[in-house]
Amino acid sequence: MDFWRNQLSGPTNPSVDAAWKDGEPRKGFFTDTSICIGCKACEVACKEWNAIPEDGLDMLSQSYDNTGALGASTWRHVAFVEQSSDRIEQARESGRRLVELGMPSLRSREGSDAVGAPGGSPLGTAATMPQTNGSLAVADVPALPDMRWLMSSDVCKHCTHAACLDVCPTGSLFRSEFGTVVVQDDICNGCGYCVAACPFGVIERRKGDEGHENGKQSHGISIRGSSSASVVDATTSTTQSVGSAHAANSGFANNGEVKNVGIAQKCTLCYDRLGDGQTPACAQACPTTSIKFGDLADMRAAAQERVAQLHGQGFTEARLYGADPNDGVGGTGSVFLLLDEPEVYGLPPDPRVTTADLPDMFRKAGYAALTMMAMAAAAFVRRRP
Amino acid sequence: MQDLSNSDCIVIQGSNMAECHPVAYQWVTEARLKGAKVIHIDPRFTRTSATADKHIPIRAGSDVVLLGAVINHILANDLYFKEYVVSYTNAATIVSDDFRDTEDLEGLFSGYDDQKGSYSQDTWAYATDDGSGDDSAGALGTIGGPAAQHEDGEVASDRAAGHEHGSGGPPLEHARVKRDETLQDPNTVFQILKRHYARYTPEMVRDTCGISVDDFAYLAKAVTENSGRERTTAFVYAVGWTQHTLGAQFIRTAAIVQLLLGNMGRPGGGIMALRGHASIQGSTDIPTLYNILPGYLAMPVAGLHDTWDDYIAAIGSKQQKGFWANADTYAVSFMKSWWGEKATAANSWAYDYLPRLSGAHGTYQTTMAMLDDEVEGYFLLGQNPAVGSAHGRMQRLAMSHLKWLVVRDFAMIESATFWKDGPEIATGELVTEDIDTEVFFLPAAAHTEKSGSFTQTQRMLQWHHQAVTPKGDCRSELQFFHELGQRLRALLADSTDERDRPLLDLTWDYPVDEHGEPDAEAVLAEINGYHLTGDQAGQPLSSFTQMKADGSTSGGCWIYTGVYAGGVNQAANRKPGREQNLTALEWGWAWPANRRILYNRASADPEGNPWSERKKYVWWDADEGRWTGNDVPDFPVTKAPSYRPEPGTGGPDGLAGDDPFIMQADGKGWLFTPKGMLDGPLPSHYEPQESPVRNPLYAQQSNPARKVFPRKDNLWSPSGGEPGSDVYPFVFTTYRLTEHHTAGGMSRWLPYLSELQPEFFCEISPELAQERGLTNGGWATIVSARTAIEARVMVTERMTPLMISGHTVHQIGLPYHWGVGNSAVVSGDAANDLLGVALDPNVQIQESKAGSCDIQPGRRPTGEALLRLVAEYQSRSGTTTETGNQLRTGHPASTPDTMGG
Repeated sequence: MDFWRNQLSGPTNPSVDAAWKDGEPRKGFFTDTSICIGCKACEVACKEWNAIPEDGLDMLSQSYDNTGALGASTWRHVAFVEQSSDRIEQARESGRRLVELGMPSLRSREGSDAVGAPGGSPLGTAATMPQTNGSLAVADVPALPDMRWLMSSDVCKHCTHAACLDVCPTGSLFRSEFGTVVVQDDICNGCGYCVAACPFGVIERRKGDEGHENGKQSHGISIRGSSSASVVDATTSTTQSVGSAHAANSGFANNGEVKNVGIAQKCTLCYDRLGDGQTPACAQACPTTSIKFGDLADMRAAAQERVAQLHGQGFTEARLYGADPNDGVGGTGSVFLLLDEPEVYGLPPDPRVTTADLPDMFRKAGYAALTMMAMAAAAFVRRRP
Repeated sequence: MQDLSNSDCIVIQGSNMAECHPVAYQWVTEARLKGAKVIHIDPRFTRTSATADKHIPIRAGSDVVLLGAVINHILANDLYFKEYVVSYTNAATIVSDDFRDTEDLEGLFSGYDDQKGSYSQDTWAYATDDGSGDDSAGALGTIGGPAAQHEDGEVASDRAAGHEHGSGGPPLEHARVKRDETLQDPNTVFQILKRHYARYTPEMVRDTCGISVDDFAYLAKAVTENSGRERTTAFVYAVGWTQHTLGAQFIRTAAIVQLLLGNMGRPGGGIMALRGHASIQGSTDIPTLYNILPGYLAMPVAGLHDTWDDYIAAIGSKQQKGFWANADTYAVSFMKSWWGEKATAANSWAYDYLPRLSGAHGTYQTTMAMLDDEVEGYFLLGQNPAVGSAHGRMQRLAMSHLKWLVVRDFAMIESATFWKDGPEIATGELVTEDIDTEVFFLPAAAHTEKSGSFTQTQRMLQWHHQAVTPKGDCRSELQFFHELGQRLRALLADSTDERDRPLLDLTWDYPVDEHGEPDAEAVLAEINGYHLTGDQAGQPLSSFTQMKADGSTSGGCWIYTGVYAGGVNQAANRKPGREQNLTALEWGWAWPANRRILYNRASADPEGNPWSERKKYVWWDADEGRWTGNDVPDFPVTKAPSYRPEPGTGGPDGLAGDDPFIMQADGKGWLFTPKGMLDGPLPSHYEPQESPVRNPLYAQQSNPARKVFPRKDNLWSPSGGEPGSDVYPFVFTTYRLTEHHTAGGMSRWLPYLSELQPEFFCEISPELAQERGLTNGGWATIVSARTAIEARVMVTERMTPLMISGHTVHQIGLPYHWGVGNSAVVSGDAANDLLGVALDPNVQIQESKAGSCDIQPGRRPTGEALLRLVAEYQSRSGTTTETGNQLRTGHPASTPDTMGG
């Protein structure tokens, strides 16, 4: 029964469920926002590798964020949040309460095996405090700074139960052998069901030039083919675009067309790179290892370890997002360490896959049908004199 | 660079490391994960502050007060590393009786010349026991420079002599100094230091920098508690320190702190200078500067170094300690590399082929010479002065006076198009049809399209191999200059004019591939140098110690010798970090001699043992009789710690076993600089050229030795509460963002980068927004005494108003990446247009990190109305060419001739 239930929600191994026989270990990200420096190298590396068009040249006046949100032409998005000390205090308090509930990760249904063993307080995890060699021990409760600037690189969650995939009528979206969720742009018919289904607002259909006040969207990025075959490695990515830019200026052939207009697009977790044993472009480019990539089990463990470390240092605002297989999407393939409530970063606090409610909906529909049949029957019964 | 991860405390000041050096910042992140404390001191709360333990906001340009107070705190509370300070620094050295401090002379040191606006350094010299003997010049009983003796400060400044110290200290005639190891003699450097900084108190910091007494205590506690035998602190800076009229002295202040705390030459210690581009370090090592030759050899000065002997005597004395005593071997090898067989002992190694300096010819003097029609042509290579240099308007107007202009870049940058779409076309100051400048645009190859090396911030050369051939007409700089040289030589082949000999006799024979691209490794081999004669003839040198002054060796840049040792391109070494220790000696090659931490002899105590197990790095192995450790020892490798030379021995042999600073003329770290710093032997706080604040420390307002240019097109706001200073009441500072590269040539043409920061903006505090009626996302006009520009407004609590001596000082942040033109993906007004030209005397760098301005809501006027707005402000403030240009202030009687020139 549990197996069937877990096809719709709860912990499961999605690639096995998708009938991959010799599936690879499930891959995923651990994005540690506490060491993100907001350099946006992930955004640029992602666009270079995947040949995604430029996504608007508007200044958004939202701190240093001019990207806005994930979408068809933005598969990594770094959020910038400026906060004053009262908000930091609230975050520290809300994180501390999570720990007291035994839940440093979010919205667990049945508790979790996370840090802070039952009743664990910051002091309870002090054993993981790093060595500080003598006199300058870190204070249990770090002083509240006057302000802070949160930065966090968001990406597709590659959910255990992916609503986008479940609703896709064409089979364009599929579960890869790495447990990730990938769109096949040559199969997608642009129906857009996935867009409405995604609880995170990640997947979108790509617009054409309309809606781009400053003219053509691609700004000379030639996107004729389906891949950027000439790019060798993320580390050469800057040069690649340098080449394209002066190609544009030197009048080289360039159609400037945006590919896949109307087609649903999102992060593939660099499916093409994973197949070659490579790291996804964003993680490869991240200078501070804020974006970590690896087997999801290792990522979840690293996330638990890091949140315990921060709590040990008194930074109780730290909490995990997506690390709990009992959450509304069965845990995500992209785990985040956040320093405040998820809403602050523009993340839904309690994402739920649509299928999670299917049994309940079926049950209710069943009851309704039964009731209606009963009523209909009753009507006949009554008619019978 | 990775050594930062060994630090216990990192102070980042004058740098926005996370944004401008994100890749290097991984080591700061690593240090922090290991428990280090990271403190960011900056006018703005940046992405560096966001990931530091503490951000301390500071008023731009007041850093010497803050660090001076740290020095005072260390000395007053006896927190200095005594054994290190006494043994390894010049704290115990006795300075001439004639020296007078700023405390005695109202903000000036002894030796100031009112007429020249510069210092003569002879009264700052070390005292010596010697009789008059070889001490013929300079003040009696002091140690002057070799040959040139005590060079006049004005001449030294004109040749920006500070650059010569890129690989070691200035020369002295000898090292027979007087010392008092008890540090009690009132003329010891130690006692002078104590007196000089006595008034640099936490309260002075509060009133000058806007930093609370508590924040100062936090900083002072952090750096002192994290220094000593067991722990080390590192400082990190970038152009937030250098680009001031007092820039070199900012860094000197940090050097004093680090020497007092014993943090130089040790793991996790030091002062990390972050360079601004991939190979800016390389462009001073093998300079693109007017005033030095490769390896920091001085450029000869007309009238001062007329003969080879004059020149050699001036760059290093055989009687001084350390490796600069061998400067003659470096210089002869260098001449042989340029002129080969044509450089002989008989013709003084072709000395007369070298140009002679006749004055200051830095970028700003050249710009002004253009305006005077004294310059015909200009090459711009990866440089966009119309956007990136101070006083953009002056830059563009100057280029319109040229006969020809060559721009080699990836795209049609603003410096290539100012004649048709620049701001002066809009205001009517320039009319396209009237500009006679012929502009040649030559597309440049990118780094993946050519082979070569980058020398990064840690003096490390890293080779990059050509991956693809350049597209279309794009060419590498190497190919361009090689071919230009060949064509010029062909044109002059039949010339009998003596002035053409230097060009015709150059060694200019590099193998080329089928595309005409010269072999970059052949150039590297020439730079490395090789034996010319003997049984090793033709073989590469493995160390600069093999260089000879007899013409038997050639080498283009002595500090790079060893990069091609054994005929192997050591810069191409790429053994992954996980396969070697943290020092990673097999990744790239660092000058000198692949050493990663300079002066690392200081990581061991005077007896040669590590100061502590935790900070073990290089030490003396008594059994083996040699220095060993995790790095290439920066010391004569078999010289025992106990070694003491005969008094008066010069060169490397003159170094005692406890003289770790082997490139300094006395083997010691210089707390006090008896020579070399043109604006004072000790850093003293002076206000920026434009400042809303009166100098609270001295009657002298600004650096008395700075270079100013009183011109009608270079006006300054009145400073320090003078009448009219309220017209430009706010401080502005310029900087870079992660998303863009300097003047935008490598980022604003790229959609992926442009979309991340599409528009020019100014960062202001909510308080200033309130005061001036500015709204987030709206427009603002920012006016300086030079021009007015417009920017989108970003209101943010990351900008903090500071309380300076009871007055609120608002600071405005301006990223300088955008420029006016039609070619880039994104464009906008250029922040650097607001700047004027005033220079530091040591290295002639402009003050671009602090200026005065006004800000008003709304867009700026266009066309001629813009000029009227600027003129109206100037007139209201009463500024004239005299304003801000009096070098000496607080003494109304003296109005020196302040012409820079």
